[in-house]
Amino acid sequence: MLQLKNLLKAAFKSLLKNRSRSLLTSLGIIIGVSAVIVMVAIGQGSQTVIEEGINSLGTNLIIIFPGFSQSGGVSRGAGSFNRFTFDNVEAIQKDATLVSAVSPVVRTGGQVIGGTGNWATTIYGVSPEYFKIRDWQIEDGEFFTERDERANKKVALLGQTVANQLFPSEDPTGRQIRIRNVPFKVIGVLKAKGQSGLGTDQDDLILAPATTVLYRLKGGRWVDMINASAVSTASMQAAEDQIETILRQAHHLNPGEDNDFTIRDQTQIAETASETSRVMTLLLGSIAAVSLIVGGIGIMNIMLVSVTERTREIGIRLSVGARSSDVMLQFLTEAIVLSLAGGAIGILLSFGITIILNHFTQLTAIINPQIVFISFLFSGAVGVFFGFYPARKASTLNPIDALRYE
Amino acid sequence: MNNVIETIQITKTFHMGDVAVHALRGIDLTVTPGEFVAVMGASGSGKSTLMNLIGCLDVPTTGEYYLDGKSVGKMSRNEYADIRNQKIGFVFQGFNLLARTTALENVELPLFYDRTGRIKNPRQAALAALKRVDLGDRVEHEPNQLSGGEQQRVAIARALVNEPAIILADEPTGNLDSRTSIDVVSVFQELNDQGITIILVTHERDIAQYARRIVEIRDGHILKDFSVEKRRNAREDLAKIPEEE
Repeated sequence: MLQLKNLLKAAFKSLLKNRSRSLLTSLGIIIGVSAVIVMVAIGQGSQTVIEEGINSLGTNLIIIFPGFSQSGGVSRGAGSFNRFTFDNVEAIQKDATLVSAVSPVVRTGGQVIGGTGNWATTIYGVSPEYFKIRDWQIEDGEFFTERDERANKKVALLGQTVANQLFPSEDPTGRQIRIRNVPFKVIGVLKAKGQSGLGTDQDDLILAPATTVLYRLKGGRWVDMINASAVSTASMQAAEDQIETILRQAHHLNPGEDNDFTIRDQTQIAETASETSRVMTLLLGSIAAVSLIVGGIGIMNIMLVSVTERTREIGIRLSVGARSSDVMLQFLTEAIVLSLAGGAIGILLSFGITIILNHFTQLTAIINPQIVFISFLFSGAVGVFFGFYPARKASTLNPIDALRYE
Repeated sequence: MNNVIETIQITKTFHMGDVAVHALRGIDLTVTPGEFVAVMGASGSGKSTLMNLIGCLDVPTTGEYYLDGKSVGKMSRNEYADIRNQKIGFVFQGFNLLARTTALENVELPLFYDRTGRIKNPRQAALAALKRVDLGDRVEHEPNQLSGGEQQRVAIARALVNEPAIILADEPTGNLDSRTSIDVVSVFQELNDQGITIILVTHERDIAQYARRIVEIRDGHILKDFSVEKRRNAREDLAKIPEEE
């Protein structure tokens, strides 16, 4: 066995003799490694963005929709469709001990006129607890209170987008707006939340007391959904169970009957979303991994050509006393050095690409050190795997034939 | 004293499809230390095959072969490699130097594969070998920066560096003009004068005259084996040829 140091030295020397070919050979690995790292970085970046978006929905959020549960069962038909009332919300508030805050949500759309323009947006009728549940902060002015709600006061809080549309150059607080021709007083502007994990603008809304929206704008007596907050993340499931029991009682459901509502929580939403982006990451990563293997085949290809081209050199080495294993090790070392160098360059390249992506595009890319390490190892493995066949071919040459080779 | 080379009735038969080619038909050859033997013969005579067998690049079909007193009959590929590394120095017709590699690195090459560790300082040994062939000032030159004669001297230095029992030169002057040929032969003569055993394969009678002994081969047999009565001196001959501009 020759010294590793000498082997490496010989490999570097021989690769440097053919600089441009060495670079072209490892190009496949360079592109493969950087593709894997960048693709996974983009995948993980978007996953993080989605998770942040979902966390911005609120803390320990539980959302209760009317309608049948996903577990299914016999449909009871549209006539028996039960929605929520303010009474249901109050029942939860009173009896669900693990729920720290609960708010009805009455949703309606409409044209809003005020300030210097008009804007079509969604108006959410909620109770003051909603701000806690959904983690809304005030930028200017103040939240409305329970008293406002009880008195059906026509007060409104504007989302950033709405505020910018209606009052581009002045402070909206204290001004009048008209929602579907009903005058409201703007009492504050909400702090921006930005895009949600699902890509919608969270700031394109108006918040007003639930009673006001229901009685003055929407009409009827139905609440569209209920939002609640569990006291802690650990008690989410228990809180959901409490809500289920209370609502089943309120809706007079017999044991064995399916729920006529659906309870979903933030973790479920987050799981769905991050599952989607995980699959995406996996998909992108595996496509990139294929390019790594293609790069390895490129190395094998060039190494095979190189063995033929260097037949005479191999003959010389054999004639001065190199063993077959020496020749084999030499070519194997060259292949490994080539692919590891390609891997290292690929890693640097991927860092560069990630920086460019983060600075100049909307994409967020987060490099995973684990993936960097794995793809570097993998590039070495590619070198061993695809270098083996050419190296073996070189080592089995007959010295006489090799020396005579023109 | 041991013979450097002793072959007993070695034969070599090649099979080309259905045809058996008898390259060597029983050669008895003994070479003692310090000899300078020219093996002569036309192409197809079997002299190159004999060379390959002596150089442990190939295995005889039948017969026995002792190199430096040791039988090299049935050996593994690795053992053959080690013998080539430690006992034999090759000089080829086509120089066979590694391209884009300096003279010094070319000469060092055999030591790269030496597992015995008997040569402590490879770089020093390579430098010394290059000085012996008068190339002490060309160590950092690459083959394409050297003349044919200089390249062959590098090859001779490479053959010397591992302190072999014998130097085998296969048509070393085949690619050189006559003046350079004599120049290269003079290197062999000097080395032989220092006690190194040399076997030189050639088909040129002129070149063979510089050896001490000539073995003529034809059709796989030894035709003649005789000492050179009046050995020519390459240095003196070189002095007589006018130097070209």
